Amino acid sequence: MPRTVRDVVFVDGVRTPFGKAGPKGIYHETRADDLVVKSIRELLRRNPGLDPAKIDEVAIAATTQIGDQGLTLGRTAGILAGLPQSVPGYSIDRMCAGALTAVTTTAGSIAFGAYDAVIAGGVEHMGRHPMGEGVDPNPRFVSEKLVDQSAMFMGMTAENLHDRFPQLTKQRADEYAVLSQEKAAKAYANGRIQQDLVPIAIRRTSPEGGETGWGLATADEPMRPGTTLENLAGLKTPFRPHGRVTAGNAAGLNDGATASIIAAEDFAREHELPVKMRLVSYAFAGVEPEVMGYGPVPATEKALAKAGLSISDIGLFELNEAFAVQVIALLDHYGIADDDPRVNQYGGAIAFGHPLASSGVRLLTQLARQFEEQPHVRYGLTSMCVGFGMGATTIWENPHFDGGTK
Amino acid sequence: MSTTTAELLKGAAELFPDEVVTSAHVRHLDLPLGAGRFALITLDNGFDHTKPTTFGPGSLANLNAALDQVEKEAADGSIVAVGLTGKPFIFAVGADLKGVEILKNHEDALAIGRSGHEVFKRLSSLAVPTFAYYNGAAMGGGVEVGLHCTYRTVVKSLPAFALPEVFLGLVPGWGGCALLPNLIGPEKAVSVIIENSLNQNKQLKGPQVFELGIADALFEGADFLEQSLLWTASVLKGETTVERPEVDRGASWDAAVAKGREIADSKVHGAAPAAYRALDIIAAVKNGDLQSAYDAEDKALADLIMGGELRSGIYAFNLVQKRAKRPAGAPDKNLARPVTKVGVVGAGLMASQLALLFLRRLEVPVVLTDIDQERIDKGVGYVHAEIDKLLLKGRVNQDTANRYKALVTGVLDKAEGFSDADFVIEAVFEEIGVKQTVFAEVEAVAPAHAILATNTSSLSVSEMASKLKNPERVVGFHFFNPVAVLPLLEIVRGEQTDDASLATAFAVAKKLKKTAVLTKDAPAFVVNRILTRFMGEIQNVIDEGTPIDVAERSIEPLGLPMSPLVLLELVGPAIGLHVSETLNRAFPDRFTVSPNLKAVVEAGKRGFYVYDSGKPEIDPEVAALLKQGDVALTEEQARDRVLDAVAEEIGLMLDEGVVAEAQDIDLCLITGAGWPFHLGGITPYLDRAGVSERVNGKPFLAQGVASVPA
Repeated sequence: MPRTVRDVVFVDGVRTPFGKAGPKGIYHETRADDLVVKSIRELLRRNPGLDPAKIDEVAIAATTQIGDQGLTLGRTAGILAGLPQSVPGYSIDRMCAGALTAVTTTAGSIAFGAYDAVIAGGVEHMGRHPMGEGVDPNPRFVSEKLVDQSAMFMGMTAENLHDRFPQLTKQRADEYAVLSQEKAAKAYANGRIQQDLVPIAIRRTSPEGGETGWGLATADEPMRPGTTLENLAGLKTPFRPHGRVTAGNAAGLNDGATASIIAAEDFAREHELPVKMRLVSYAFAGVEPEVMGYGPVPATEKALAKAGLSISDIGLFELNEAFAVQVIALLDHYGIADDDPRVNQYGGAIAFGHPLASSGVRLLTQLARQFEEQPHVRYGLTSMCVGFGMGATTIWENPHFDGGTK
Repeated sequence: MSTTTAELLKGAAELFPDEVVTSAHVRHLDLPLGAGRFALITLDNGFDHTKPTTFGPGSLANLNAALDQVEKEAADGSIVAVGLTGKPFIFAVGADLKGVEILKNHEDALAIGRSGHEVFKRLSSLAVPTFAYYNGAAMGGGVEVGLHCTYRTVVKSLPAFALPEVFLGLVPGWGGCALLPNLIGPEKAVSVIIENSLNQNKQLKGPQVFELGIADALFEGADFLEQSLLWTASVLKGETTVERPEVDRGASWDAAVAKGREIADSKVHGAAPAAYRALDIIAAVKNGDLQSAYDAEDKALADLIMGGELRSGIYAFNLVQKRAKRPAGAPDKNLARPVTKVGVVGAGLMASQLALLFLRRLEVPVVLTDIDQERIDKGVGYVHAEIDKLLLKGRVNQDTANRYKALVTGVLDKAEGFSDADFVIEAVFEEIGVKQTVFAEVEAVAPAHAILATNTSSLSVSEMASKLKNPERVVGFHFFNPVAVLPLLEIVRGEQTDDASLATAFAVAKKLKKTAVLTKDAPAFVVNRILTRFMGEIQNVIDEGTPIDVAERSIEPLGLPMSPLVLLELVGPAIGLHVSETLNRAFPDRFTVSPNLKAVVEAGKRGFYVYDSGKPEIDPEVAALLKQGDVALTEEQARDRVLDAVAEEIGLMLDEGVVAEAQDIDLCLITGAGWPFHLGGITPYLDRAGVSERVNGKPFLAQGVASVPA
């Protein structure tokens, strides 16, 4: 049968405020699936033009798919959110790029013509599901030296990246981190972030975290506005004695969820849904697992090549700050300054947090807001590193583009 | 006030050291829409939803302290509003009844009412608006604390919302009687406070709470608190306006109260004071004077707490809630054998009803047998028709209806039907020889482990089992008509019944969702024996010369669901006669067979009354049959005769060990005969009316069990 590839658009995205993992964190007594459910419901409230019965898929990512992140989360969250039973769902895992993969996989299906509109998102409750929970790595990884042992520990891979590129110093990483906190605080002050947050009712029964009873999470918990280089200089380097990676120049361990509506452009136009971004290309690429943080470079190369664009065509970057070094490695590769104004305008994961599989959609939501504000920009890019040596990049076109300079 | 609320509560808390104390956590948050800083109070007793949050004096003191804090914050402008919600699935289910049971004097009872008011009232007098978020089950004081708030939201999935006080024998006394009619109008308030309570404590669901106007907004469970807080922000910012219909304070107010009195009369016949006290307060608060109404609530609460009806009500409530779940004398439940197929001997109406019940509750194959195919087809047809009705009403879906229909079958050949049955119940003609034959036939074809149960109402279970090879597996399984409505199941242990069979019977009863009470194999077991003695004495009084209307009225002060002769009509005079004959054979000195009743039955009459005028009037044909003596008693004399007889019979039954305790007698009367809570079944009433002492020289229950403790 003859086919036409359809344009795929990002309609809208929301997320929960991100929390700090652990007993004092805001979500310590909140289920992961509830975070997803509430995000989906907020998306639907914000987009009444989308008839829930017309949703063709609910793709939800989580890295650790057990307990409240198991049970085929896309399906169960759909039922819990009150979607019609006719709407199917499934779970996705590509570790940190889970939500991004939920977007690209369903986008592929939309382009193919299988779907009109989907919900794509992700969740990670790292307090309830610490990294590595229940894993059982094949012993051949070690016995046959398929990967270096450090590949299993993300912080160590970040140290390895510093080794590989000696010019990426701790000083640069720290400076980048300070800037991220500053930009995030400014974005909050300007109300850029809150508009896409889903308030979450949070319960606390143990007084060690603060006042007990029901509360409401309305802002990211990990933020440390006012962070200075001096503050960061003294932090421990937990992954290596006298190393470079610290809690200050990396994202923390976090809890949170994201969700987005991805649709065929014709469907979105027909139902008068917002069209915030148009997907141009995406790519995933692999590198040696022990330098996982380098993954965004080949992924970006590949995505640019598929799009027929060059790096100079990109007017806005949303790069996941799992580690500052991973971001500056990409920037360094392209000769972009660490403080280039096109990069992470609202700050990044160092400030907001990085609940693994959820983060991809946060990048998209923020890029979409920046597109709205900056119609002179035509193309934007999101990129992130992924465990076991991968990178993920998506390139988007700004539908508000006014023919300006970039 | 000379005593502060805190002091009052401290004193009350000392009386109730075992209280499960509810915390009132105060937590601050930023409202959405930039609406400002907000203090949210969470009521939480620290347990999960299986132990709902209640209010005792210590809990009220905690809420009071929380209100001290937010009152200050409201006054100094550091918060814009205050909210109140509960732990997951539970808002609050009202006063802790254990704390009410221990109260010994009027003054302490008054203090409970007053202190509750003093604490709750503060929610309506803060410098900022207050919001209650009914996130889960809310009853009694739980409902009332929310009524004191400025606004309310309710969760759509809320399973139970009620002011059940009148059901127990109290009034909604922490503001319910005063506030509810002023919020939603007297008619709806009467419906919630009186009608629902007296209608087996009917519960409201979330959407009804909203439709009645009790809550201002309704939100779904998935993000109830988030949406409630967003709504709060929107109200505070003036973006949402709450409009409530004006309450009509005209004649309709009085009409609503009058209707409430009619409802109360029809249910308790003036015999229990709670509904009337509540209606008095509702009637008076037409003038909008809340404080006077609060004072009246305090007084009503204290009076009722010191009264026998409430104590009986709490006793009865505990019987049906607790004792019913742990039947006295039931063997270790681990001895029970699985029941994967049920046989029913007989396919008449009773047998068909039993088949339907087993089918729905056990969801295993049920086989009916009878003496000819026509009867069997009729029985199976009845079950199918009932399943169709359930389907039409939406009580089961098509898949389940298909499943149930496939599960019920009928066969002529018992061997074919019962060869793999684990439980066979007979519902054939009440004649010992017939029953013995049936059980012998069943024993010949059923597996050796199968329970043989009998639904006999008056025959000896031991005698029925006596000719069997395995008499230890015979149990009495006595249901009450209508089987689907009355919860009681008398489980009769025959002389040879073994523990495993009995345990299996109890396990089946539990799956059938019946209230099982273990009884000895004594004539007519419990309910029929007491009712027959009761009715027999009425009949005696009539036969001796007391006019029928006097005899009937003599019992009215008890507030039984119906008069004795109306009950006889319901049972059927022939069956009544049959049971009285059985008991007369067993206990000829106490159970008589009324010649007048015999004459009525022989004349083929179905009752004593005709209803041509709309009201019951003695059927002239019956009147013509009656031969009365010349001893006419007063109502009081008649009542004493009847109650003395009942007290004597229960005393004898307990001496014989028919049941373990008087509590089981009461549980049987409540669940098998519908005798009211305010009588506590009957023994609390007999005790407090002095009948037990007069007849047996001692009360049935120790003081404090269903009465004010010593």
